[in-house]
Amino acid sequence: MRGMTLIVKTVVRIVSAFIVLYGIYIILYGHLTPGGGFPGGVIVAAAFILIMLAYGKEIALKRFGDRSASLLDNFGALGFLVIALLGLTGGYFFFNFINKGQPFRLVSAGTMPLSNIAIGIKVLACLYAVFVALAIFGRAVHRVERGDLKGGEER
Amino acid sequence: MHNLLPLFIGIPLGAVFLGLIIAKLWRGVGDLFAFLGTLSLMAFSFCLLGHPPFIYKMGGWIPPVGINLVSDGLSTFMLIVINTVAFLAICFSLKYMELYTAKPKYYALFMLMLAGMNGVALTGDMFNLFVFLEIASIASYALVAFGCEHEELEASFKYIILGGAASAFILLGVAILYSITGTLNMADMAQIFSSGKINKAALFALAFFTMGFGVKGALVPFHAWLPDAHPSAPAPISAMLSGVLIKVLGIYALTRIIFNVFGFTPTLGTILMALGGLSMVMGALLAIGQDDLKRLLAYSTISQIGYIVLGLGLGTPLGIMGGLFHLLNHATFKSLLFMSSGAIEYSTGTRKLSQMGGLNKRLPVTTATSTVGFLSVSGIPPFNGFFSKLIVIIACVEAHQYIYAGVAVFVGLFTLLYFMRVQRNLLFGDLPETLKGIKEVPFLMCLSLVILTLLCLGLSFLYPLMSKTILVSARDALLDTSAYIKLVLGG
Amino acid sequence: MIVYLLTLFLFVMGIYCLVAKKNIVKKVIGIVIMDYAVNLFLVLVGYRREGVAPILLKGMDRAKFATQSVDPLPQALVLTSIVIGLGVLALMVALCIRLYEKYKTFDMSEIRRLRG
Repeated sequence: MRGMTLIVKTVVRIVSAFIVLYGIYIILYGHLTPGGGFPGGVIVAAAFILIMLAYGKEIALKRFGDRSASLLDNFGALGFLVIALLGLTGGYFFFNFINKGQPFRLVSAGTMPLSNIAIGIKVLACLYAVFVALAIFGRAVHRVERGDLKGGEER
Repeated sequence: MHNLLPLFIGIPLGAVFLGLIIAKLWRGVGDLFAFLGTLSLMAFSFCLLGHPPFIYKMGGWIPPVGINLVSDGLSTFMLIVINTVAFLAICFSLKYMELYTAKPKYYALFMLMLAGMNGVALTGDMFNLFVFLEIASIASYALVAFGCEHEELEASFKYIILGGAASAFILLGVAILYSITGTLNMADMAQIFSSGKINKAALFALAFFTMGFGVKGALVPFHAWLPDAHPSAPAPISAMLSGVLIKVLGIYALTRIIFNVFGFTPTLGTILMALGGLSMVMGALLAIGQDDLKRLLAYSTISQIGYIVLGLGLGTPLGIMGGLFHLLNHATFKSLLFMSSGAIEYSTGTRKLSQMGGLNKRLPVTTATSTVGFLSVSGIPPFNGFFSKLIVIIACVEAHQYIYAGVAVFVGLFTLLYFMRVQRNLLFGDLPETLKGIKEVPFLMCLSLVILTLLCLGLSFLYPLMSKTILVSARDALLDTSAYIKLVLGG
Repeated sequence: MIVYLLTLFLFVMGIYCLVAKKNIVKKVIGIVIMDYAVNLFLVLVGYRREGVAPILLKGMDRAKFATQSVDPLPQALVLTSIVIGLGVLALMVALCIRLYEKYKTFDMSEIRRLRG
């Protein structure tokens, strides 16, 4: 997958940071406003996919490759399972065992923000890994059907 | 004991993610975690054996607000079957999966499927049932396509399309039931329906459930994916799919909903019996001309599932007991048969019956275990298949369903016919020239086969003991809805 | 009432697309339409006439909020169901790509090695 034109690269360089920031906001405030782990993770993953589309596959894979994506994916899921098992200390699986604090503040509602962060990490790594897997594989398909198309064509 | 229930879901999930992380460093960790995990789960499921029924409130939320895990007679029975077959399949695949690459991913997908099946067997909440059903189904779609050859990908594609459509139907049924009753807890729904409010919308939802769970459990108008998917999977996965997955995701879920949530009426029983009868006949007729060994076993699965559904559809205590006993027996002898076919494929390298013959000269253990498997499924005494089929037929006669009893006897004779033909051609006879140099399969694979053979023989002798303990508590859990409601909501 | 019938009509359109088209990518799109139609139906089950969104803000009266908001439980169910649909879609697309690599076609009537 080649990169895109100079205008797209410049704009993506500026905008992608804001998209990641917005995604992290949605993950962290999941217990107060709509959103949470899954939508926030999708937004951050979309930012990474945008970088891969704009700059091309090789540059994006050098920064955040598929092995680190699947490793981060497993750590996120393991974190979620550990939070659920730690609830056994309060008596039940998945019990909300941290002090719940006052409502409407960022640090409140017990294990909910921690679960959101774990799910957010898992979803962003997972969607990015799926896209990388399809992108790496799809190249063989394109070579089959285009025959000898030269590399300079942009689409 | 009380905190044991979430471990049935927590241990396999932990084995998946921890195994995938450590597999980057040391490749054999998948074997270790899978073996220890399934061994501990089998031990835990036997610990639940004599225990009185109890529930587990997830997160401390009381029902009907929260999700709860219910361990009554039927759940315990299903858990024992699932975890035992899973342990034996893992023993078999420690050596068999050397034929494929990416072993850590195989163990990860296997444990994910096991977590999903344990969740379906334990849960008491309708949407939680759907979520665990999807987890198990998605893992099995990926496992069917595990060796990425032409036919395996095609079979997995057919399976995923039909399974995805079935899941959409099941979710639509859950949505309709939620809009009628306002709750998702199965015991709460049972209470609302038992006070006489089954209107047409609930029957509409039941139709969707029959279609959706019928696809998952391969009942006959919805069976089209099974003859392609089960042969294409690796042999231990075929054993798991045929032996437990279609029973847990299809038969168990459908009977739990029909008996405990809706309440059993003769009309529903007639529907189940018709589906069962059709499955028995179609499975047996289509199995006759097959050349591929595993495809023959897959059609035989469809036929035997028909027996189970016929027994459960009768609704009488003896019928349900016969159906549940045949479920247990079919799990043992069908896994035995699929694993034997895997052992034969490991040794000879082919699956086509026309290219094999006279294997008893070279593969003694595999021949002995396959013979026991073929005799069990045909219903020859003293093996366990005979007794469970006999109980189903007696229950049909007792309930004055003479046509179904006659069909069951006829299909039993048919099963005997094609399996005896297969056994004679495959195991006895002349060894072809190309297969002169084959050797017996490794020890761990033999161990699983021998344990299943002993179970096939032992279950028929243990039947008088089991009919007073496990099977009776499983049957009572299905027949007595008010006990289920009191267990969940009253405690 | 009309809204629920339209949602079920969308579901039937998904079934039509699944059954009548021969391209496997179009069949995948049919499954996705069916999934999203059921999600839409599930969200609409929770509607209450003249209701507010189920987000509790700082100064609100809790009892009045409980009687006035729409049902939040179907919205949580739909979040889960969308994730499940995404998982199945990713697997179906991966299978389509692999099938194209092996069989060199997207046409279902030519991917027919398993028969009988």
